[in-house]
Amino acid sequence: MEYIFHLAILFSLFAIFAIALDLVAGYTGLISVCHAAFYGIGAYTTALLVQSVGLNFFFALLIGMLLTGIVALILGLVFSKFKGDYYVLGTLGFTYIAYTVFINWQSVTNGPLGVPGIPRPEIFGLSFSNSWSFLILSAIFVGVVYALARFVVSSSFGRVLRAIREDEEAIAIFGYRTSAFKLLIFIISAMSAALGGGLLASYLTYIDPGTFGITESIFVLSIVILGGLGSLRGPVVGALILVLLPEALRFVGFSPDIAAQMRVLIYGLLLVIMMRYRPQGLLGEYKL
Amino acid sequence: MTYALQTKNLSKVFGGVHAVDHLSISIPKGKITGIIGPNGSGKTTLTNVLTGFHSIDSGALVVGGEKEYERIHSYDVRNLGMTRTFQNVRVFEQMSVLDNILVVLTERGLFASLFDSHTTFHKNTAQEVLTRVGLWEKRNENAVNLSYGQRKLLEIARALAVNADVVFFDEPYAGLFPEMVKLVSGIMQELRETGKTVVLIEHDMALIRELCDHVIVLEAGKLLAEGKPEEVLADSKVIEAYLGA
Repeated sequence: MEYIFHLAILFSLFAIFAIALDLVAGYTGLISVCHAAFYGIGAYTTALLVQSVGLNFFFALLIGMLLTGIVALILGLVFSKFKGDYYVLGTLGFTYIAYTVFINWQSVTNGPLGVPGIPRPEIFGLSFSNSWSFLILSAIFVGVVYALARFVVSSSFGRVLRAIREDEEAIAIFGYRTSAFKLLIFIISAMSAALGGGLLASYLTYIDPGTFGITESIFVLSIVILGGLGSLRGPVVGALILVLLPEALRFVGFSPDIAAQMRVLIYGLLLVIMMRYRPQGLLGEYKL
Repeated sequence: MTYALQTKNLSKVFGGVHAVDHLSISIPKGKITGIIGPNGSGKTTLTNVLTGFHSIDSGALVVGGEKEYERIHSYDVRNLGMTRTFQNVRVFEQMSVLDNILVVLTERGLFASLFDSHTTFHKNTAQEVLTRVGLWEKRNENAVNLSYGQRKLLEIARALAVNADVVFFDEPYAGLFPEMVKLVSGIMQELRETGKTVVLIEHDMALIRELCDHVIVLEAGKLLAEGKPEEVLADSKVIEAYLGA
């Protein structure tokens, strides 16, 4: 049962992360590969504030989200001028900057050794220290992020995002300052990713820079593309498949070591197959 | 005569080539003005400059005979009372036909748009313009599934929806069936009847003669001739440079 809870929690955390990325990549057409960095900023800020300063997890999580929002605001001011390939390359650059900071700012992040012993959340005497209670907490946060994303994409704001995705120049002549729309959704998306990162740090009780590199960004992008860009159900389904898939490999006879290697291979293969045969993903509405 | 738009010594240069060259023209208010000229004469570049797609390199644009602008952003165009269609159709392909219209009708403010969906008024306006171009029945289809002509009509409906004072139509008839041509001509005439200003970029001289009150002829980014269609199209300079007869 513990194992099932563990998988369900991982699924929840990646679903949060994937929904956050879909707001930018699927609804606005901006393929970001720097969301693992936001995940990391949220995770490190939450972990360090809880462990070193002794702040309550939920307060620390909020600060982590706000700090990530500020970083996203600064980055977004630069990135909102970019389109297409330039946007991808810009976000790739930031992923490496963030990774370098995580690994080299040893006095704060403890460098490659990471941050161990991160406590589980507690509030009003209620502890989320065991798996089933943490699952409930993460499920609540999935619901909150999903509802927020639904609210955003169903509004006129969401419709403008889709128009920006389709033809930014054409929608601009109807009076929209598109860079402001791109900036705001980038901040909302980054803060949602940071929420997932803070939860991940608390769940794993240990984080290191390796968790927040380009591989993680590509993995979550794979989730969104497999599930379907521009659909909120898509990232949830994508997270379910890609979190469970490596576990399924264990049951077909691969050793845990090989299963881990196969995982990356299968993600890559799935991306190639999806791009060839179903570029809009399983439930998506938007073709890249 | 009052003018909706005037350019004063307007220029646009690309890599040393003057696509629009010290151009001073006047577009009368409430009329249909045709802009004609050979390929590469600067018609579309002029439209792009006037609608903020390209910056103004020198000179100015006067809107409504009053305000003079030396710089226009594309997001300013709506507030200046202008809208346009494109030579190569630019609808929001992976959005529904209805959303293509609603998106230009609803809130423009960043935070206000978050708390806005659309009202009955917006939906009624969308229904009105889509019905006018015969696309209301296809409102739930994605624009990418429409034929080329239907996408052109959707773009025209989108321009109508914003109720702008000045509407630029950049080669709206290209690729349209005869009944669609008739529909688009009717729309332009209706706009004129309601006091709107229409700027039509077109190569078909029969349509220019039929619809336009005023014609501007460009050659190599410069003004070659302007005036009433029958006078301009009979001008020997225009015949030599463009009509070739």
